[in-house]
Amino acid sequence: MELSTGVREKNLIQSRVAVAALGGGILLFLLLTRLIWLQLVETERFQTASEANRLQTLPVGPARGLIVDRNGVVLAENRPNLQLLLVPEEVPDMDQLIAEVRKRIEFTDSDAERFAKNLKTRRRPRDPVVVKDELPESDAARIAVDLFRFPGLQIEARPTRHYPYGGLTAHSLGYVGRLSLNELKNIEESRYAGTETIGKLGVEKAYEDMLLGQVGVERVETSARGQIMRSVDREDPTPGADIPLHMDIGLTAKLYDVLGDNRGAIVAIDPKNGGILGLASAPTYDANSFIGGISQAEYTALQVDRDTPLFNRALRGQYPPGSTIKPMIGLVGLHYGAVSWKTEIADRGFFQLSGDDHKYRDWKKWGHGRVNMDKAVIESCDTYFYEMAVRLGIDQMSEGMQHFGFGRRQGRDIQGDLPGILPSREWKRSARNQPWYLGETVISGIGQGFWVTTPLQLAAATTAMARRGNFIEPHFSLLEDVDAGAPVPIGESMDWERMIDAMEDVLHGERGTARGAARGLNYRIAGKTGTAQVISIGQEEEYDAAELEERLRDHALFVGFAPADSPSIVVALIIENRGSGGTTAAPVARKIFDYWLLDRNEGSRPPNTNYVATINQRVLEPKHADSN
Amino acid sequence: MLTATETGHIESFRPKRFAQRYGVDPLLTLAVLVTALYGLIILYSASGQSFSMVLRQGAHVVVGLCVMALLSQVRRDVIIQITPFVFMFAALLLLAVLLFGVGAKGAQRWLALPGLPRFQPSELMKLALPAMVAWWLTRHKLPPSMLQLVIAAVLIVVPVALIAKQPDLGTSIIIAGSGFFVVFLAGISWRLLAVLGGLGVAALPVLWMVMHDYQRTRVMTLLDPQSDPLGAGWNTIQAMTALGSGGMFGKGYAAGTQAQLKFLPESHTDFIVAVLGEEMGFFGISILLILYALILGRCLVLTMRAQGNFGRLLSGSITLTFFVYVFVNVGMVSGVLPVVGVPLPLISYGGTSIVSLLIGFGLIMSMQRTKRVLSGES
Repeated sequence: MELSTGVREKNLIQSRVAVAALGGGILLFLLLTRLIWLQLVETERFQTASEANRLQTLPVGPARGLIVDRNGVVLAENRPNLQLLLVPEEVPDMDQLIAEVRKRIEFTDSDAERFAKNLKTRRRPRDPVVVKDELPESDAARIAVDLFRFPGLQIEARPTRHYPYGGLTAHSLGYVGRLSLNELKNIEESRYAGTETIGKLGVEKAYEDMLLGQVGVERVETSARGQIMRSVDREDPTPGADIPLHMDIGLTAKLYDVLGDNRGAIVAIDPKNGGILGLASAPTYDANSFIGGISQAEYTALQVDRDTPLFNRALRGQYPPGSTIKPMIGLVGLHYGAVSWKTEIADRGFFQLSGDDHKYRDWKKWGHGRVNMDKAVIESCDTYFYEMAVRLGIDQMSEGMQHFGFGRRQGRDIQGDLPGILPSREWKRSARNQPWYLGETVISGIGQGFWVTTPLQLAAATTAMARRGNFIEPHFSLLEDVDAGAPVPIGESMDWERMIDAMEDVLHGERGTARGAARGLNYRIAGKTGTAQVISIGQEEEYDAAELEERLRDHALFVGFAPADSPSIVVALIIENRGSGGTTAAPVARKIFDYWLLDRNEGSRPPNTNYVATINQRVLEPKHADSN
Repeated sequence: MLTATETGHIESFRPKRFAQRYGVDPLLTLAVLVTALYGLIILYSASGQSFSMVLRQGAHVVVGLCVMALLSQVRRDVIIQITPFVFMFAALLLLAVLLFGVGAKGAQRWLALPGLPRFQPSELMKLALPAMVAWWLTRHKLPPSMLQLVIAAVLIVVPVALIAKQPDLGTSIIIAGSGFFVVFLAGISWRLLAVLGGLGVAALPVLWMVMHDYQRTRVMTLLDPQSDPLGAGWNTIQAMTALGSGGMFGKGYAAGTQAQLKFLPESHTDFIVAVLGEEMGFFGISILLILYALILGRCLVLTMRAQGNFGRLLSGSITLTFFVYVFVNVGMVSGVLPVVGVPLPLISYGGTSIVSLLIGFGLIMSMQRTKRVLSGES
């Protein structure tokens, strides 16, 4: 009995073992079926999935086109720049990572601040953020050995925009900056797949489309962490087109040189085609500091600077044109018959409207005596133009002056310029919702009142003078189509020649307002001085520049071209708070003409020195008293 | 020549006699050895060509084989006698883990006793529990009565609950399985089994409620891996991709892109079979499955030969548990079972797992030795 129980139990267990083995066999068979399905039936599907895992298609950003001046001097280039980058989405612990970076390379507080700012900037997801720019080779090596330990961190030699002439070109070329989410809405995103920057201002912005180039594609094998293991194949990007400018960097350097530590702006135009030969707005800033992300401290310093270096005076500075527009208004007056060349008026030092005892003063207290058009231009007689403006009326004045490009933005490749104000009834009604008063016509006749123009507009209008009645829109690039310009439908060719003669006498005549600036000239300049009031002078007050706070002093203006007969350069300039155009602005213009017509060696290239340093130095030095 | 007896004459080599006389079963040992070597080859690739890892794993295997050989020498009655004490000890350690254990990834599984290497008491329970249940059931007639079954159920549930609480779902399921196998082999009636099965299905919602969030996610992911392809579904998707893209003969040794580029998670531990499947294809996996079949077959033979009911139950349970390891691991990697932390036996990197498996084989070997040999009769 005992034994048979044992045998029975043994048989029971063994039969159960057999059942379990059978069950296990069935399960194993099911597993095998699953493996056969995965590995032998669905192979292709999983192979595709595995390749998609392994291979990543990366966009390869094209090299941005260069910007060169008329002589081929490179004004904007791409420099290799070792950057430490990170993709915030991949970083598990940002503070710890930065602490690790600090252990290995010099990472100053201002670096940290700049990085924090970069990090805050809104960007495309997974776009890398610059941790540190311009990494020295040794630092890069120190980080590179440990790179695998820090997911999200990368070192890349990314070509970075660089402006060899820094401040000299900042106001014309603008700069490139990080692509913002706002800009992303307005661009074709695929074209920027490999590019993180976009032209923000100036020529960089105007020619963004051409400078950008065509994105390339590289297929790489990546690890699950996104680490690139090797390149599989690659389709090279097409670099962006180079943009040649009319600009002459030597002339531009001269423009900044003659501006010295003044605030002001100069625009120089080639009257043959409207190309901008040089543009200066002083003080200026170094566009390079905007490339890798500017530190908050630097940016604030630029912003709170009373001299507003970031402000582009040449394109956005809206100043009363003052007497500089007298030759043009004169032509308009002649055209509409308000006056003729023979018309003479008696100037007693002021003008009065009938039935009004308000005195519109001439700059010359005792007046100019008997004045005709030529004399009114040469001596810049205000009274003559007060009288003429009233005869002309505001409607014809604004109708005629618009042909010179006032009151609107210049087109073509100019970015961010302001329209100024060409006074007119319609303008005043829409902008101020007020009727026009006759007194406003009077002061409009001498470029005061509501009139504001940018230095660029003055240069463009003066170019129309130099071209004897043909307006051509100013532009930066040689790529802009050369066109015949638009004839200014005002006056006869004789009128233009005689007006230009008068402008020549402004410098070369015995009584010209700028005669001091033309001493010893062996070529002829046609020009016009201007003095723009910053505040209006009370009725019986004496004007005393010395008593006014410096920044309330008049702006000195000059427009002109040379040689007068066959001009090769037009210059419009304004120097803020430096008093009269004749004494301050005209001598400055003379230096520019001298440089262009006498000193310059055609085709020579100026030395590639760091102008920015010297300019900044000048800005920091205390102001000297006015030299002339 | 290994079979040379004291009398000096040479007999033909017969594994059964050799095993029953000397404990160590040559066929099982050989199968285990080949599998472990195969595992080292896979590990070299799966670890990203880490030779040091292979060396350490080789050391684990050697240690495990020594322990196995030692254990195979222990007399069956000694094992039976110490079983309750080992079980109590293991249960106390599990309690200690809950109170002072250390852990990683939110689970508290390790016990760091001063002077001892860190270890997981649950590993000890993997063998102590089936032994205990076998010990309890073989004190009475088989098939077991209802009362004995209830007590056996308590013996199973308490340690399983302790482990599940760590939480370590994979191990607790395996251990529950090993206890259940003993009960099953002991002859629990089919009718009762059916009732229990019905109750089990009914209890599934309750289980669902007591599961941790991450465990629920894993189950959900199994049903639809694409629901969260970068999160919970990642492991399953990548493992299936690795296996599937391997095809018949694989992408070549150490050339699996899923494994080498680290798309595959836990490639040297729980998901190592995916590396094998990717690099050596269905062919490579088939070899592994054949090796497993050999081990399991030999274990079944040894179970049939085991002496005494305790020996049969324990051997059977260890064998079936080994099978469960293989099935759960490969099932998980190939996406038919939820992702639970179960290593691939003898292949996955890890000393504890290998040593405890080989201890199990040692016990199987010990169970089939005859009294005759033990009493020194020749």
